[in-house]
Amino acid sequence: MNVAAAGARRRASFTGLYAFFATMIMFFGAFTSAMVVRRGASKDWQGVPTPNLLWINTGVLALSSVVAERARRDLQNGNRRLFNTLWAAATVLGACFVAGQIIVWRDLQQAGVYINSHSGGAFFYVGTVAHAAHLAGGWIAMVYLLVRAFSLQLGPGRRTAVDITTLYWHFLGVLWLYLLWLFWFWGNWE
Amino acid sequence: MSFLSRYIFSTNHKTIGIQYFVLALTAALLGTALSVLMRLHLTYPEAKIRLFEILWPNAAAGGVMTPELYLSLMTMHGTIMVFFVLTTVPQGGFGNFFLPLQIGAEDMAFPRINMLSFWATALAFLVLCSAFVVEGGAPLAGWTAYPPLSAVGSIAGPGMGKGMTLWVVSIALFCAASLMGAINFITTILEMRTRGMSLFRMPLTCWAWLVTALISLFAFAVLFAAGILLLLDREAGTSFFLPAGLVINDRILDRKGGSPLLWQHLFWFFGHPEVYIAILPGMGVVSTVLSVFSRKPVFGYRAMVWAMLAIGFLGFLVWGHHMFISGMSPYSSLAFSVLTLAIGVPSAVKTFNWLGTILGGRLHLETAMLWALAFVSVFVTGGLSGIALGQPALDMYFHDTYFVVGHFHIIMGVAAVFSILAGTFYWWPKMTGRMLSETLGRVHFYVTFLGVYAVFIPMHFAGIVGNPRRYSDFGQFEFLKDVQGLHKFITHAAFLTAAVQLLFIFNLIWSLYRGKKAGDNPWNATTLEWLPPSHQPHIVVRGAYDYSVPGARRDFLMQNESNGQ
Ligand code: HEM
Ligand SMILES: [Cu+2]
Repeated sequence: MNVAAAGARRRASFTGLYAFFATMIMFFGAFTSAMVVRRGASKDWQGVPTPNLLWINTGVLALSSVVAERARRDLQNGNRRLFNTLWAAATVLGACFVAGQIIVWRDLQQAGVYINSHSGGAFFYVGTVAHAAHLAGGWIAMVYLLVRAFSLQLGPGRRTAVDITTLYWHFLGVLWLYLLWLFWFWGNWE
Repeated sequence: MSFLSRYIFSTNHKTIGIQYFVLALTAALLGTALSVLMRLHLTYPEAKIRLFEILWPNAAAGGVMTPELYLSLMTMHGTIMVFFVLTTVPQGGFGNFFLPLQIGAEDMAFPRINMLSFWATALAFLVLCSAFVVEGGAPLAGWTAYPPLSAVGSIAGPGMGKGMTLWVVSIALFCAASLMGAINFITTILEMRTRGMSLFRMPLTCWAWLVTALISLFAFAVLFAAGILLLLDREAGTSFFLPAGLVINDRILDRKGGSPLLWQHLFWFFGHPEVYIAILPGMGVVSTVLSVFSRKPVFGYRAMVWAMLAIGFLGFLVWGHHMFISGMSPYSSLAFSVLTLAIGVPSAVKTFNWLGTILGGRLHLETAMLWALAFVSVFVTGGLSGIALGQPALDMYFHDTYFVVGHFHIIMGVAAVFSILAGTFYWWPKMTGRMLSETLGRVHFYVTFLGVYAVFIPMHFAGIVGNPRRYSDFGQFEFLKDVQGLHKFITHAAFLTAAVQLLFIFNLIWSLYRGKKAGDNPWNATTLEWLPPSHQPHIVVRGAYDYSVPGARRDFLMQNESNGQ
């Protein structure tokens, strides 16, 4: 592939990702408006308790984003060894976040917050599971790149993949902060 | 390349375009067959019809359809036609095949995602059709699937159990597929254009595909979210759309707090833009065809682009006009009404520009051109009834009557299908190397054109009398006695119109073997898809509609052609 074509591919990947962000925003926007309507329509709104683990998970995801970003910059500077280590760390942190979320879901159910009997809980599960599902997609991409990196196949073409994946990962982090605000602050606010 | 990777799991945009086309043609035949059965039952509700009994031994025992069976056919007809025909051919079919060719790209930006989105669409179609054969049969809730009845399971009737679940799953899959498609179209158009192909040199078809993809990107995400909530209401016992104290078939449901109106808002936030998803690509095709067969540039090219963008944008602000009678405040009604009528402005801009394009041109009335002209005709007709419906005071009366059925069939069903037919006659030579028969094409055209008017105009009158839609039998209403004859007429016209479609299918198959061989550029058109295949990228030097340029050596200049004196 010549340089111009490679540049076009790179731009196309970013444009595609931005378009994907737009649908995600619409998806979670529709979800939010459903929540606003649901809360306004009846008098039985219940906020979801926010277990401490949720804050720890938030920290883990943020850390994962920071580490992934460092890794990306190291790759740019040709520091492949450091990239491999940091990218592996970011991937593991990502898995920890999902594992933490699974524990949160379990704890909430034990506390009686079920999807079918708790008005706020229903939205909590849908929102956080949808977030985790999007995250799983990004995580698979991270693992794929990790395998490539360790088998020394991270050519210049894959740099774009690293950049794209990192950007997506940051986006999911911001989305998570938004959801957290929605459930913890807006959902519990009298 | 193996057979599988070449014809089945192909990533080639032309193959995928043909796959979409064939899938949609199958869907269209099934949808048409259903509509014929529905008309048969509506006109002769008590007749014992052997065919019904053969098809549905239980639901049509003795040859008479149950009302539920009728509603299930109606639901499947609407869903198949809206999603798997009107949303599929103009974008997935023509778009995939011609967009890369028209902008001089080698393929779509993400060929593998493209393949995935086709197969997700095909799977969605299979899932939908499987609703026919599961216990209880197909769902009854219409293409709009309003809760509460769509959210409570089989207690709401046969088909509202497994069949309805399959419907929701199918639509969710369709959303995912459309979103992938939209991302691909947007990226391809923004990033893959060949040198010299600035946005404002693109053929209007490409602009239409771009605007449609943008609308899809926003609208299908919302339907996807709504679909997931509906599925949870059905399968996980949540109450997103179900209020407290609901009694259905003498049973109190133990749900509480949800709102059926929430679904209507989410659905129509998707649903109104969806009607433009169905028709905008057709507007692109029609603009091009009118210009080619008038040998004149498109009148007001830039205005056409801005009108499409305006329609796409305004389309997101008018969903409330489907809910005028939902109890919304009159102030909201007023706002939705004004915005709705505002769409008439860019629509009128387009219409006058189409007229401006053909005015004073040297018209070549080939079949493709006939379909394009017919599109303008039905677009105006349907737009006028839209203006009536857009007024809350009138819509209070017209809502859920045959007036609405007439309106949306003319403007959405018929107009989009006409543009698909225009596109088929125009592009078939490129897709297959053969010309369609003009003689068969004309017969098919005239019968269909008169036929659809004969079917759908009387429906407006039935609606004015107050004839409700989504009923399986009007015989029992005294006030509808007078429209029975009208319905009989509609049914006969519908049979004729449906039958003549076989001529079109025959034309397609015939031309594959016997059709006249087409040259590279049978219509003397200017856009890049008509250049012979080449491995060098084309370099574009002019806009897409340079017909009859003064001083040029022939009456058209291709987009990569410098002014060859
Ligand atoms: C100026 C243009 C238009 C206006 C003012 C308009 C207005 C309306 C209104 C107010 C309704 C709701 C009627 C009711 O349910 O009581 C309606 C229904 C509908 N319109 Fe239009 N419309 C216009 C153009 C279009 C176009 C271009 C399309 C499609 C390409 C379209 C497709 C539909 C469909 C499918 C429905 C019925 C949906 C259903 O209830 O199943 N309309 N229109
Ligand atoms: Cu509408």
